[in-house]
Amino acid sequence: MRGINTSKVAITEQEKEVFRSIGNNKKGAIEAVYKENYSLIQHFIISNNGTEDDARDVFQEAMMVLYEKSRSPEFELTCQIRTYLYSVCRRLWLKKLQYSRRIETQVENYDKVVAVEEDLEQHEKLTQQYLTMRTAMGKIGEPCKSLIEAFYVHRKNMHEIASFFGYTNADNAKNQKYKCLVRLKKLFFAQYKNN
Amino acid sequence: MEQLHIAELVEKYLKSELNPEEKAQFEELRKSNPEVDQTVVEYHFFLEEMERYGQVRRFKSNLYDTHHTLQENADIKDLQLKTGAKIINLWSKYRRVVAVAASIAGITALFISGMVSLFSPNAPIRDLEELRRKVSNLEKQSTKQITEFNKIKTKIEPGADVKFGGTSFMVDPNGFLVTSAHVLKGAVKVYVQNVEGKDFLAEVVHKDLESDIALLKINDADFSATTSLPYGFSRKKTDLSEPVFTLGFPKDEIVYNEGYLSAQTGLEGDTMSCQITITANPGNSGGPVFNKNGEVIGILNARQASAKGVVFATKSKNIYRLVESLKETEKDLNIRMKETSALKGSNRSTQVKKVQDHIYMVKVVLG
Repeated sequence: MRGINTSKVAITEQEKEVFRSIGNNKKGAIEAVYKENYSLIQHFIISNNGTEDDARDVFQEAMMVLYEKSRSPEFELTCQIRTYLYSVCRRLWLKKLQYSRRIETQVENYDKVVAVEEDLEQHEKLTQQYLTMRTAMGKIGEPCKSLIEAFYVHRKNMHEIASFFGYTNADNAKNQKYKCLVRLKKLFFAQYKNN
Repeated sequence: MEQLHIAELVEKYLKSELNPEEKAQFEELRKSNPEVDQTVVEYHFFLEEMERYGQVRRFKSNLYDTHHTLQENADIKDLQLKTGAKIINLWSKYRRVVAVAASIAGITALFISGMVSLFSPNAPIRDLEELRRKVSNLEKQSTKQITEFNKIKTKIEPGADVKFGGTSFMVDPNGFLVTSAHVLKGAVKVYVQNVEGKDFLAEVVHKDLESDIALLKINDADFSATTSLPYGFSRKKTDLSEPVFTLGFPKDEIVYNEGYLSAQTGLEGDTMSCQITITANPGNSGGPVFNKNGEVIGILNARQASAKGVVFATKSKNIYRLVESLKETEKDLNIRMKETSALKGSNRSTQVKKVQDHIYMVKVVLG
């Protein structure tokens, strides 16, 4: 959407703040954006041959794109969050329809649309990288998987992890964590070269 | 240089946790040894990806939670298409017929199950009827003997350091069980024992520190999956004062207890759990909490018991959450949890009778 300024809309400070908070994974902001935009997307997907599950998946993927954009330093929000989300969902859904050839892709517009091609290409790349790690995590086995998740996903500290996994102290847990990391790294790069 | 050490150094370096001296040393090492430098570059990339993976997972789980909270509060609703879909029209047209048919089927099923429990060998007074059911009775007896045999021949190797950890219950008839994660503390091997006293070897699929839920899978040739579970898993909020019951293994046999929901949150306002007033002992940890419809509303988590009769339970939506997030990393994980319970409307003893076969004692072999 960089460079597209066809519709000059003033973005309020409040909107920018919500956008920033999405990138910081703030629950309140996520809930506000979800609440305000979900039904629009839901209507759009369901009136275009989609199901409730499709609506949820597409909306959440668009939220993911919003999150990535918010974290990217070179991106600047130049339209309303609603317009951006709708544009992303529309693009994602059209692509999916084309892919499954369910219908000729002629859908009516619900809102203004901005160009999101580039952003989605970037999103695809990031998703691919995420999936690489996900596959590696799926292969590592227990207890490594739980241990690494406890640290990197749930952000538990080594003391909590030690007592939870039954290690005698935090140092032992830390050693175990690094052993797991070395294994995971191997799996990750094996997967990475595969792609 | 050892890989473990490099991983640690790089992580500290990335998080700026090295002191200036260590940092200088580290940079010197990279310069002098191209092999180390290469490894560092790899770790750098890998650890950044790891961080990002964690962030994405946290964001996704927030999205998932938000969706469910909004759905619970009816801020978002499923849309129903008014036109087009023929099947929906048919459904609304024949709803009554279907309901009648279903209730007839239900009554028949109840009748038959009533007959079966009447004539089952648990009621030894009915000698005559028993004679009539000679064949099936013989069959039953032989399975009973096998059970007895299994009771004597436990699978756990003699001399092993065994702790009777707690209770677990099926989430999927294919041998997936859930329990409290703290029950498995220090486990090298886990066995689960059914109400008949038979042991099965189980593997730990996942332990979630956040919600204190662990997922087990029975990995034993002697185990045969059942077709479906009689109970479902509630996604809804349970009302205050709603009666609840639990089954568990505070001792070597299954024990029933009942109580009520006394608060919507757990210890210190923890929203992932709720408070229940019930008699429960340590062995009840990991056991299911059922509401009057026979839906699981939570997992007992007796470890936090501070006042007498007050226990905390992890809400069942956390089980959904855990399973959903596991499917993220393991696509082949074939767990299907259902919401509807087949026990709605049955009396308590019938419910208990049907439920108890799916509840297992957890035995932990310590290392």
